[in-house]
Amino acid sequence: MKGTLSIVGFGLSTIGPGTATGLIFAAYINGVARQPEARSILQPIAFLGFALAEALAIFGLVLAFVLK
Amino acid sequence: MSHLLHMAQPAFVPPSSADFFFNPAFGSSFLATKPVLLVMFSVIVIVAFFTISARKAAVVPSRLQFAGEMVYGFVRNSIGKDVIGEEYQRFVPFLFAIFTFVLTNNLFGVVPFMQFPTMSHIGFPVSITIFVYLVYHYVAIKKKGLGPYLKEMCFMPGVPKAVYVILAPVEFLTYFAVRPLTLAMRLFGNMFAGHLLLLLFTLGGEYMLKSALFVKFFAILSFGMAIGLSFFEMGIQALQAYIFTLLAALYIAGALADEH
Repeated sequence: MKGTLSIVGFGLSTIGPGTATGLIFAAYINGVARQPEARSILQPIAFLGFALAEALAIFGLVLAFVLK
Repeated sequence: MSHLLHMAQPAFVPPSSADFFFNPAFGSSFLATKPVLLVMFSVIVIVAFFTISARKAAVVPSRLQFAGEMVYGFVRNSIGKDVIGEEYQRFVPFLFAIFTFVLTNNLFGVVPFMQFPTMSHIGFPVSITIFVYLVYHYVAIKKKGLGPYLKEMCFMPGVPKAVYVILAPVEFLTYFAVRPLTLAMRLFGNMFAGHLLLLLFTLGGEYMLKSALFVKFFAILSFGMAIGLSFFEMGIQALQAYIFTLLAALYIAGALADEH
């Protein structure tokens, strides 16, 4: 087996964003379940939070390829 | 098991970033490589689609007109109006252009015979991001003036004075470096990762298909994954186009907003 340690680093970098994304959507689902008419207000906020959290995992991926 | 895998066949070469570079289709200019040709093609597709769908505009829309209006309405209402607010009207063309351009180029990743998301080359997301970057700074400076804009950016009211030592540089960096960097990297990274994933499963399936009989069964699994992930990718591609436009709208909204 051959591989680079950067890929392990990418794996580690996904833990945080993975947890964060789960929390964000849990909160979004809770909000919509309690108040369905607030959906259109909550949706951009949820996706914005998701995008911001996910960026960190993407950085990990890019760095995994950059740092050979 | 291992001797079955190594039967008269070179070892599996996993896909890498090298698979994203193409030789020119004709001539030797970089303008004739696949991503550039796809970008040009995408512009033709977008212009043709919306010209045809709006040509016979009627009060009772045809199916095509309805599809065109749905895309436009989505960008105008749920991105433009909801996020930017009062002054949204003059930004709708900008947002609409970004959304359709990114969406079409992303979807090229799953269209047969093209199967390459243009945005997986970082140059394209970067160039769109430069536009967004210039627009939201220009809008803010025009509305507030350079001094007040920088002051509002770095020294938001209602914070203890000592905190400004940390907060001001962080806020400054957010506006001038982190925002454009994340905007471009997010789109690029998602498309890059998605395309790499599809490559891995199709190339892996092909490799296993050439291997011993026992291994061939797993090729079905690999191709199945590739098909399933293609649908997953479609969702990601549309989502990333939405998020890119949403963030552009949010940055413009932030630039227009009065003191918070």
